[in-house]
Amino acid sequence: MNYKSRITLDIIFKVVFKATGYLVLALLGGIFAMLVYNSISFFLDVKPLDFITGMEWAPTAKTPKYGMLPLILSTTLVTFGAMIIAIPIGVGTASYIAIYAKPRVKNILKPTIEMLAAIPSVVIGFLGIVVLSPGIADLADLPNGLNALNGAILLAVMALPTIITVAEDAIHAVPNAYKEASYGVGATRWQTLRKVIIPAAAPGIITAIMLGVGRAIGETMTVLMATGNAALMPTGMFDSVKTMTATIAIEMGEVPYQTTHYYALYAIATVLFFMTLFANIVGEFFINRFRKYHAV
Amino acid sequence: MQFKTNKLSSVIEWGSLLLSTAIVCFFIVVIIWEIFSKGFSVLSWEFTTMVPKEGMTSGGILTPIIGTVLLTLITSAFAVPFGICCAIYLNEYAENTWVTRTIRAAIRNLSGVPSIIYGLFGLALFVQALNFGTSLVAAGLTLGLLSLPYIITTTEEALKRIPNSTREAALAVGATKFETIKDVVIPSAMSGILTGIVLTLSRAAGETAPILFTGAAFYINGSSGYVNQEFMALPYHLYMLSTQHQSIDQVRPIAYGTALVLVVVVFLLNLTAFYIRYKFRKDEN
Repeated sequence: MNYKSRITLDIIFKVVFKATGYLVLALLGGIFAMLVYNSISFFLDVKPLDFITGMEWAPTAKTPKYGMLPLILSTTLVTFGAMIIAIPIGVGTASYIAIYAKPRVKNILKPTIEMLAAIPSVVIGFLGIVVLSPGIADLADLPNGLNALNGAILLAVMALPTIITVAEDAIHAVPNAYKEASYGVGATRWQTLRKVIIPAAAPGIITAIMLGVGRAIGETMTVLMATGNAALMPTGMFDSVKTMTATIAIEMGEVPYQTTHYYALYAIATVLFFMTLFANIVGEFFINRFRKYHAV
Repeated sequence: MQFKTNKLSSVIEWGSLLLSTAIVCFFIVVIIWEIFSKGFSVLSWEFTTMVPKEGMTSGGILTPIIGTVLLTLITSAFAVPFGICCAIYLNEYAENTWVTRTIRAAIRNLSGVPSIIYGLFGLALFVQALNFGTSLVAAGLTLGLLSLPYIITTTEEALKRIPNSTREAALAVGATKFETIKDVVIPSAMSGILTGIVLTLSRAAGETAPILFTGAAFYINGSSGYVNQEFMALPYHLYMLSTQHQSIDQVRPIAYGTALVLVVVVFLLNLTAFYIRYKFRKDEN
């Protein structure tokens, strides 16, 4: 190839590479624009305040009601329940792997936990139906176990790999000098873990938790299959709940194109988008603090 | 006295960490055991090579297997070149301007966008605006968009590990920047790039939410091989069998079989990724 065509090729590909970079920007912009555009169509029919604070979700009733508060509360309840289970177990496991486990045990545990992360959410949802739900129904003496508790346990299982991996990295990254200083003044391993290592790794652990929260809020298939899908105000963990993601998944298949109900589902997606965005931004804020803290 | 108490509580405390690890292991064992023990009896050559029959109460899962394979091919045909080009731009060309910082922020946020929202975006863009209809290609492209941020991130990580001296050596003997990237940088970063691609695809193959409204179908009669038609996919098949089918008890064994095949496919892809990483690392030494 002569020099001129080589240079031309060089320039062409520079433009191609750059264009793909900008296309990614366009993608996020496109998703955002789609959500906003369809939400605006919805808010022309329904007042935003009625949407957010409305106590009843009944879009197919004679007088349709588009109150998404039950959906928000369902999502919050399931996510909150999942985190109550996943945070102590996750941080405990991360501490064990980072501090106590022998290299050989660590080499088995880490890939096994990564494998758990690889299992598709639809399979976890399926196990929720066939294993966990009958178990809960038996224990709590209910007709079926498709409720918030079922969803929370399954989401905890799905959030655990993320929480363990990120928290383990954070705990591992705490400088040895901190530990040695603590041992040096006579602290036990547990005291060191609780009073020195965990606080020092806290920003990383919070990031891990926020990533877990973001995943739990946005997770669709598991909650769709395992939580019963009753769009009522949840009163406890044994109630059937209908999360925001599940509402979109169920109703989008049946709703007529470009009706208020159709746009309402996009409006739910917009709220969902901002909730996960918020969780990610909080997580990112803490990971940056963590880096700064230990760079010194 | 004080010392003794510490020692005792130390044991209890150590136990609590061990307990949380044990609980995690218990979850993993239950999941694996449940799927493998009950799915294995269903699994046979006929099961994987026969199309669903009699309202899916008998027959096999060949149609969903073919659908998942084609879907993953379309996803990778779109996301792999796009993702690699974007990563090359970010790592090799982009300077630290507000534009590139915004692009990076966009990628980070895209990886946090819930998959169901990708489904809605795919529905609005591919199915409706571009008029592809609910089809294999619409679903494949939707999954491609979902996979994009992961492919970009992992590729960029792989490119970052190539030392600058390698690039400078190529440039010094007269290669253009593009030739340097094509002949030197990419080949050296290949193991990292491939690992990222395989892991991303294993994830895409198991996704259900984005294909719900973009093309997955409850049942397709035999030949689903055209990109402009609806298709069956393993994850969607499992979802339908376990929640939407009338005779739940009759189809449950098939659901177990489908779950097992899905998990085995995902694990095999993950093992492939580990193997690539291991083999290339060994070759480098």
